[in-house]
Amino acid sequence: MKDIRYIFAIKEAMEEEMDRDENVFLIGEDVGLAGGSFGASKGLYEKFGPDRIVDTPISELGFTSLAAGAASCGLRPIVEIMFMDFVTCCMDSIVNQIAKMRYMFGNQYTVPIVIRMPEGGGLNAGPQHSQCLEAWFAHVPGLKVVMAANPYDVKGLLKSAIRDENPVIFIENKTLHAMKGSIPEEEYLIPIGKADVKREGTDVTVVSASRLVNESLKAADLLSKEGISVEVVDLRTIQPWDRETVFTSIAKTHRLVVAHEAVKQFGFGAEIAAAVAEEILDELDAPIMRVGAPFVPASYSLEKYYVPGAEDVKKAVLATMERTF
Amino acid sequence: MGKPSKEKMIEMYRAMVKIRKTEQKLMEVFSNGEILGFLHVSIGQEAAPVGICSHLTEADYIATTHRGHGHAIAKGIDLKMAMAELFGKKAGYCLGRSGSMHLADKSRGIMGANGIVGAGIPIATGAAFAAKYKKTDQVAVATFGEGATGEGAFHEALNFAAIKKLPIVYLCENNGWAEFSPMSIHAPVQSVTKRALAYDIPAVSVANDVLEIYEEAGKAVERARKGEGPTLIEVRSERWYGHYVGDAQKYRGKENVAQAMAKDCLLNFEKGLLESKVLKKQDIEKINTDLDAEIEEAVRFARECPYPEVSEMMEGLYL
Ligand SMILES: Cc1ncc(C[n+]2csc(CCOP(=O)(O)OP(=O)(O)O)c2C)c(N)n1
Ligand SMILES: [Mg+2]
Repeated sequence: MKDIRYIFAIKEAMEEEMDRDENVFLIGEDVGLAGGSFGASKGLYEKFGPDRIVDTPISELGFTSLAAGAASCGLRPIVEIMFMDFVTCCMDSIVNQIAKMRYMFGNQYTVPIVIRMPEGGGLNAGPQHSQCLEAWFAHVPGLKVVMAANPYDVKGLLKSAIRDENPVIFIENKTLHAMKGSIPEEEYLIPIGKADVKREGTDVTVVSASRLVNESLKAADLLSKEGISVEVVDLRTIQPWDRETVFTSIAKTHRLVVAHEAVKQFGFGAEIAAAVAEEILDELDAPIMRVGAPFVPASYSLEKYYVPGAEDVKKAVLATMERTF
Repeated sequence: MGKPSKEKMIEMYRAMVKIRKTEQKLMEVFSNGEILGFLHVSIGQEAAPVGICSHLTEADYIATTHRGHGHAIAKGIDLKMAMAELFGKKAGYCLGRSGSMHLADKSRGIMGANGIVGAGIPIATGAAFAAKYKKTDQVAVATFGEGATGEGAFHEALNFAAIKKLPIVYLCENNGWAEFSPMSIHAPVQSVTKRALAYDIPAVSVANDVLEIYEEAGKAVERARKGEGPTLIEVRSERWYGHYVGDAQKYRGKENVAQAMAKDCLLNFEKGLLESKVLKKQDIEKINTDLDAEIEEAVRFARECPYPEVSEMMEGLYL
């Protein structure tokens, strides 16, 4: 095992996959000479050169659709969008083109493309540099949506995403970029579509993803001191999400909290809560509680009050413990 | 490059007639209600797709538009499977899922028509990127209307292609209308060639004349194949009918329509072929009756094929 930061785990995943398959290339703004806005491609330009580490003009729509065209002609692009907020400039590319190409063209084309982007607060960067928009993409048939909570996960999931034949929206989190964790020296993959029980417990299930997994683990620590045993389920993949693992956990704990950094309304937590209500409502002993940011644009000066964390998860767990049906 | 050979000219004539007749047939079956949704025909514009595709092989790529039947036919699409798609049948290229605005044939490099104006331009540019990446000699073509040049996708793609010297030809069919608006309403320039200046891409404007287009397209494709980068060709083409079938063109004077129809690229080519004795009257009749039969056969096939099963709707989303 070795210790590595999240951002370098991303780099290792890309590097290993580029070594393995010459059709894999990276494209985006400042990914080449500059080594990536957050440093994810540091050293890759020197190693692979400008043909495979492709600096682009500032043109998210253009280079994302270009990657789609390249993917349908046999290449395997990794697209880097500097901040998730900027993905709004390429919604046609992702929603109308990439997500639909395979199905719409009668399975003639496959579009093996990974679109990486960091979401979330943490830099006090304000309303247009802090959003969590994963639910938008999870709502579009044809895309897979992956979120990684730590260095081990980000490497294994990204490698799988690059090998996947389908388009994958790969969501990182800016506050996690510097996170350290330990990973094996040898190669490993983490399957897409499988959740991971990050902590076992018996009283309440907390389902979350990305940074909120780590916050939920902190909350679980705090709550264990109060005699409450929390099971933390990391979805890892938002679409398609792992019903089996989530439902199995709820069948054990009979209580559910869903937690994400995105605004609470219409977030992915709403889908999970609805699916649980549709399919296993009788397993629940208490109302489902949701944790998410308030329904306003991300705050610059009040960011630490805006972004949900361990305290919010703890409160939600206590609320569901108090309200037995 | 210059003039095409006699055989090539006959092939080109045949392709133009095939496009014209296929779309005339489509208008008929659309009016019967046998085809659903929207139908955009390119009657009057046949010269451009044939002029460019005459220089392409099956391995070359083309991404087209909502008005894309002509390009697909010129690139060699199988008419039966294309017709089945238009009829929404399972035997169609897209398994009947998508219809006219999404005709695609991977085996012939047809990367799809597109329901989103301008969207095919960066996608074709991506195909050119892939060709360069893999060091093949393939060329990509993006076709689009003058209306699409207001989209960011157009500008972003040209900028990138110029920087990277990608093997692509941008073929703009300037028919003067974007839906119900003339170009004067949506562009400060009346020739799209001026837009290419900003990207230092060589650009040329040609009349709706298949031989002129053939010549310029030949140079552009050769330039692309030699790795010299993108070219933009504007064809001053003519839209005879409405934006879609059923559009009565109330916004457009009868005179404007008559002028467009007078510049009939197919008829002019036919006259030239007769005058230069490349074809005789009987040859032309034979080509026409053969194509009538081929198109009739494609329609019969499409009519008889089954629709996809509702139970199949959920198939194929992911691989
Ligand atoms: C992004 C987008 N905006 C608007 C439309 C509606 N629309 C369809 S065709 C068209 C006009 C396109 O004009 P042009 O590019 O000149 O092509 P033409 O129809 O003349 O072939 C418009 C506005 C669309 N399909 N997509
Ligand atoms: Mg037009």
